[in-house]
Amino acid sequence: MTAALPRIESAGLDGWMIRLFDAIDEANMPWLTALVRRCEASFGDALVDLVPSYTTLLVVFDPLAMAPEEARRRLVELLADLQPDATCDEAAPRELPTWYDPSVGPELERLAERGDMSVEQVIERHSQVEYRVFALGFAPGFAFMGRVDERIACPRLETPRRRVPKGSVAIVERQTSAYPLESPGGWNLIGRTPAVLFDRHREGFSLLAVGDRVRFVPVSRAEFERLGGDVRSVEASQ
Amino acid sequence: MSDRKTCLEVRRAGPLALLQDAGRFGVRRLGVTQGGPADLHAWAWANHLVGNAWGTTALEVTMGGLELECTADTIIAVCGADLGVALDGNPLPLWESVRIRPGQQLAFAQPVNGLRAYLAIAGGFAAEPVLGSTACVPREGLGGLDGFGHKLEAGDRLEAEASSAVPDAGARAPLDERPDYAEPPRLALLPGAQIAEFDGRSLYRAFNTAWRVDDRADRMGVRLRGPELRCRLGGMVSEGIGLGAVQVPPDGQPIALLNDRQTIGGYPRLGALTPLACARLAQCLPGQEVYLMVTAPERAHRQYRRFRAGFR
Repeated sequence: MTAALPRIESAGLDGWMIRLFDAIDEANMPWLTALVRRCEASFGDALVDLVPSYTTLLVVFDPLAMAPEEARRRLVELLADLQPDATCDEAAPRELPTWYDPSVGPELERLAERGDMSVEQVIERHSQVEYRVFALGFAPGFAFMGRVDERIACPRLETPRRRVPKGSVAIVERQTSAYPLESPGGWNLIGRTPAVLFDRHREGFSLLAVGDRVRFVPVSRAEFERLGGDVRSVEASQ
Repeated sequence: MSDRKTCLEVRRAGPLALLQDAGRFGVRRLGVTQGGPADLHAWAWANHLVGNAWGTTALEVTMGGLELECTADTIIAVCGADLGVALDGNPLPLWESVRIRPGQQLAFAQPVNGLRAYLAIAGGFAAEPVLGSTACVPREGLGGLDGFGHKLEAGDRLEAEASSAVPDAGARAPLDERPDYAEPPRLALLPGAQIAEFDGRSLYRAFNTAWRVDDRADRMGVRLRGPELRCRLGGMVSEGIGLGAVQVPPDGQPIALLNDRQTIGGYPRLGALTPLACARLAQCLPGQEVYLMVTAPERAHRQYRRFRAGFR
């Protein structure tokens, strides 16, 4: 048996886990971003890190600057009158220009076959949905976004690729993402974006943040190249 | 910069030598890991003995194999694992500040006791912070000498920041601060929210088993081998993972997550090792026995405060 939500759970010497929800839902995110802001304001310099993710917020604080029980007391206070962040839905969605093509998205055809549809329909179904960033993780700037139309949802590759090129747009189950850097990966690749997802010289570093709304906008190869995209095929980069 | 000087040149790099400050903080929500010294205790002592403040960049040497030529007259200290380190062929005392002179050769051999040694230099190693930290994380391409997450390579030149007050050689850490890493450690764990989801037999086993460190052990995490732990929860929705979290994937073999862990994950957890327990685990070689021991938050907190109080 577990207590009702929200719940504050032990997460080590310097952390508390706030469990706000029990299931993944886009509507969770304005609550989580609101809680992030309130923690920043309340903890000040004692705050070390905040990790919002789908249904939870991990609050990491400096135990020398604030006793764990004091940190918990503040969190109870913050939760008591928490309201969802309205600004979350006011800003325009982020747009990621995406070149959908089998050379940079070798699983486009697999998804089409699985869903008994054309490649064009896969592209349409991926690009017509507005996604929400649920969490960042796996690599700097890697955003887990949902929800993908279930007709193009697809399990992870049985054998992950050793090298997924930077900018690869991908699907696994009902989530989508774009790889900020070349890395190993097991997601289904359907296209590539020239957008710079992570930049150490940019303020805020990551293009996407938890709670953001995101659209993938189909572009031609010419437009993709004009925007600085790398057209080398996935096969060539293995 | 004019107030920096080259102090060491890398002749041979060995398997893994990484510059580490205290870690990269404030950016974990972007998927950026913590980094920092796997053994916080030895790293802190090395810096302390050469007069450096908490957080100064030092060098983490894993396994050994690193050979350096000294190019400056300055003070260093090596703490942590005994990797058979020698200065001009003579054993270098550990846990003690030592003067080095241009032309001398500092060489780390291989593990004698423990796995990771920390080399600190008066003033600290110079490196440009990236996302607020010099912590070197090769997987993310962040930190280190050039800022792009490269481990040390032969030919690298290490510079030291100017130090206003280089201390004398001969400062020593007290004997009770120098662990015998060959002893099976008792690792203090703070129970986590899912602990009640493990069955009773598994919980008994978790805290009464001589776990063995698996060879899948690195700065991301250390896998432990032993009896299978069963949890009623399968996968969970991914959530933030703190330092030392002990997660149990479906194969029932726990993994203690360390400095370079991924920032979120979805396996149930027994709880979290304390920072000092993480430090101690980071010195264990594959095959070594370790025990998990439940501790109370107040006790862990007190112990951590006492540890930090010794360093400025």
